[in-house]
Amino acid sequence: MSTATTNGKKAAQVHRPSKVGQLATWVDDRTGIAGVAKKQVRKVFPDHWSFMLGEIALWSFVVLLLTGTFLTLWFKPSMGEVVYNGSYDQLRGVSMSEAYASALHLSFDVRGGLLMRQIHHWAAMLFIAAMFVHMMRIYFTGAFRKPRELNWVIGCLLLLLGSLEGFTGYSLPDDLLSGTGLRAAGGFILAIPVVGTYISFFLFGGEFPGDAIIPRLYTAHVLLIPAVLLALIGLHMLLLVYQKHTQYAGPGRTNDNVVGYPMMPVYAAKAGGFFFIVFGVSALMGGLMSINPVWRYGPYDPSQVTAGSQPDWYMGWPDGALRIMPGWETHAFGFTLSWNIFLPIIVLPGLMFTILLMLPFIENWITGDKRDHHLLQRPRNAPTRTATMVALMTFIGLLWAAGGNDIMAIKFNLNLNYITYFIRVMVFVGPVVAFLITRRWCISLQRADRDRLLHGYESGVIMRSPEGAYAEKHLPISTGETFALTSREHDDIPAMPSDADENGVANHKVWLTRLRVRLARFWYSGNIETPSREELEAARHHADDELAEQELAEYHDSHVQHDRHGIETGEVGKH
Amino acid sequence: MRLLTARLSTKRRSPIAGLVVVLLGLLLTGGGYALLSPASAQSGTASQSTVQQGRQLFLVGCSSCHGEHGEGIVTKRGTQYGPPLAGVGAAAVDFQVGTGRMPMARPGAQAQKKKVLYNDQEISALAAYVASLAPGPAIPDPSTYNTTNVDTQSIVRGGEFFRTNCTACHNFAAAGGALPGGKYAPSLHGVSNKHIYEALLTGPQQMPVFSDGVLQPSEKRDIIAYLNSVMANPDYGGAELGSAGPVSEGLFAWLIGIGACVGFAIWIASHSTRSTRSTRSRKGASA
Repeated sequence: MSTATTNGKKAAQVHRPSKVGQLATWVDDRTGIAGVAKKQVRKVFPDHWSFMLGEIALWSFVVLLLTGTFLTLWFKPSMGEVVYNGSYDQLRGVSMSEAYASALHLSFDVRGGLLMRQIHHWAAMLFIAAMFVHMMRIYFTGAFRKPRELNWVIGCLLLLLGSLEGFTGYSLPDDLLSGTGLRAAGGFILAIPVVGTYISFFLFGGEFPGDAIIPRLYTAHVLLIPAVLLALIGLHMLLLVYQKHTQYAGPGRTNDNVVGYPMMPVYAAKAGGFFFIVFGVSALMGGLMSINPVWRYGPYDPSQVTAGSQPDWYMGWPDGALRIMPGWETHAFGFTLSWNIFLPIIVLPGLMFTILLMLPFIENWITGDKRDHHLLQRPRNAPTRTATMVALMTFIGLLWAAGGNDIMAIKFNLNLNYITYFIRVMVFVGPVVAFLITRRWCISLQRADRDRLLHGYESGVIMRSPEGAYAEKHLPISTGETFALTSREHDDIPAMPSDADENGVANHKVWLTRLRVRLARFWYSGNIETPSREELEAARHHADDELAEQELAEYHDSHVQHDRHGIETGEVGKH
Repeated sequence: MRLLTARLSTKRRSPIAGLVVVLLGLLLTGGGYALLSPASAQSGTASQSTVQQGRQLFLVGCSSCHGEHGEGIVTKRGTQYGPPLAGVGAAAVDFQVGTGRMPMARPGAQAQKKKVLYNDQEISALAAYVASLAPGPAIPDPSTYNTTNVDTQSIVRGGEFFRTNCTACHNFAAAGGALPGGKYAPSLHGVSNKHIYEALLTGPQQMPVFSDGVLQPSEKRDIIAYLNSVMANPDYGGAELGSAGPVSEGLFAWLIGIGACVGFAIWIASHSTRSTRSTRSRKGASA
């Protein structure tokens, strides 16, 4: 490389550095940032729409920080009683908490206040929804596998904390809906055996509702949980940068590289632009669609309740579990154990969260896979995994539907009780059916891929054989696609261990290993292996022959037509 | 009356005069009580011919379920086919028939609001006939539910009554709510003042009766005034999304919010500055 590094014909000249360059030098001289930045601005990110789902969550979190800061400037987290005297006629003169009065003040007397409240709330709904969608993408494509298990755990914690953050925010305005939510939460806590009453007393500072809960929730909502969220998001992204992004299989993409665009300028522009789009979508929603119209609910009063009292969507599924739970209670030694509340709303969410958290480790234990994975799998290529998530989604989805049972009943003219009975059965049947169907579906898609590799794609050309039979012409797929479809790892099915090794020494915990092997066999069972190199080459030859045949036919065809044409013109000429 | 007193004065010394006076006294007291007591609903204006016309309409349109004399029909299983109507009063008839709930199209969990099948004159005739069966709440006077001159303070009070007594079933925005067994509390949007008042008074379907002892007429009027005033408000926050609470908000967050964001993500990912070659190869890879 002793020769010139440019193709330019003129000699390089020294210029005075620009103002920006001078500033950059000034900063670099003091922080040494250039070394780090040089590497990071060249960081490569692969391009795929599904890699931007987590970004929706990130950007809506930024929107939440911005709008939330605006709201804190006027919101008063106090349960002190005041008489409302603001702009909203239908509540003027009503006694209410300062929190609710300031929420009304924000909505009607602060310029842009209602818009900010609504953007904040819509962004919160988007934040958690985007985390869910992002998580499903990660799971379905196997992106949680080694070395990314830790980021999966962090993501699960983010989901849990995000939901908690949402619930504390929901409870702050102290309107009838949020008070009802707190009332319910108080009941859930009381249902915890032995310690429930104590926790409730500590949380509410005495009996419900007391006058401490809103200031306490406020501290959690604006300080504690956002700080932890922010730290975890930072860690989540640091790990992402350190471990590099995963990518889908394709030409030039291997387990050891990342193909995509550098951070500067392409990806920074894309991600930065996406922030404005997410902000724009939430601002449009906040401007056009009403969310949590606190003025219509009225101030919280424990003697009142409204039809359609539901939590925000992400808490809907435990609420649904509560709604369909039979009223089981045990009375013993003067105590009541409310299984009807404790099981669906305390035990079930905890259990589901643990399962979610453990999914990568359970899969890893079953498959015994210790390799690093940077290439994503298509959902169809891991049928049992895909079916597991679909079964979980079905379970959660049915409970979620149960959480809106009254709205479904009134909007679709259904019987509330029948919805309850239906979902009580379906929460057990549905996931099993969904698992079986999804698994078979994935295997069928694998078979379709194999057909595509061996026989090519359906060209839409119908061929007639000399015998008079019709068949569709299949044409070979591109080399790139062949590469992408064949870059699948081969299943590594372990052998069943014997009771003792060849020396007669008993195997340690052989029953556990056997269980693991059985599970692994089930995990991979039904998988359609990709064709071998020989099979592919044979298929390629066959296709080439067919292609030549078809070309010949087409050539022949066009000649026949041409001849016919000639005859016709000849006839015209004759007349 | 003059004839009666004249006859009394001429036969003053008749042996049955005392008895007649006592009977007359009882009749007057009873009649007066029947006329003036608050429970009474009989407005004296319903003429015999109106009642007769109502009876004819009743026999054709109502008796198959409510019985020939409004005594109700009990099925073999012991359930009510149509409830007895003695004492439901003219207000109940005016509400049920005036909103199209009666006659019912078919038996079901609850009578549904539909097209009104009788004209005003026929409805009042039916009401007069049913009211003649036994005393019950009368059709309220328009002055009781006129809300044009209600002040803000009363509207606010009406709101408090509404939240205490009505939102649990009818929802915070009076958009309606579900009840067990396929029953429901209907939406109050587009319901006339009179019909809301009558519903409060008579407790149709699943609704409890809010008699004048529970909610005074002025309190009922305040609730109606609150509803009218809230419904006249502009939609401050934008589209109301059915006023069904967080369930419909969640639906829109997913369909519109996530839908739009994912749509934009697909758009961004498929447009790159120098992507002509790589997009083609990617398309080939994932097609």
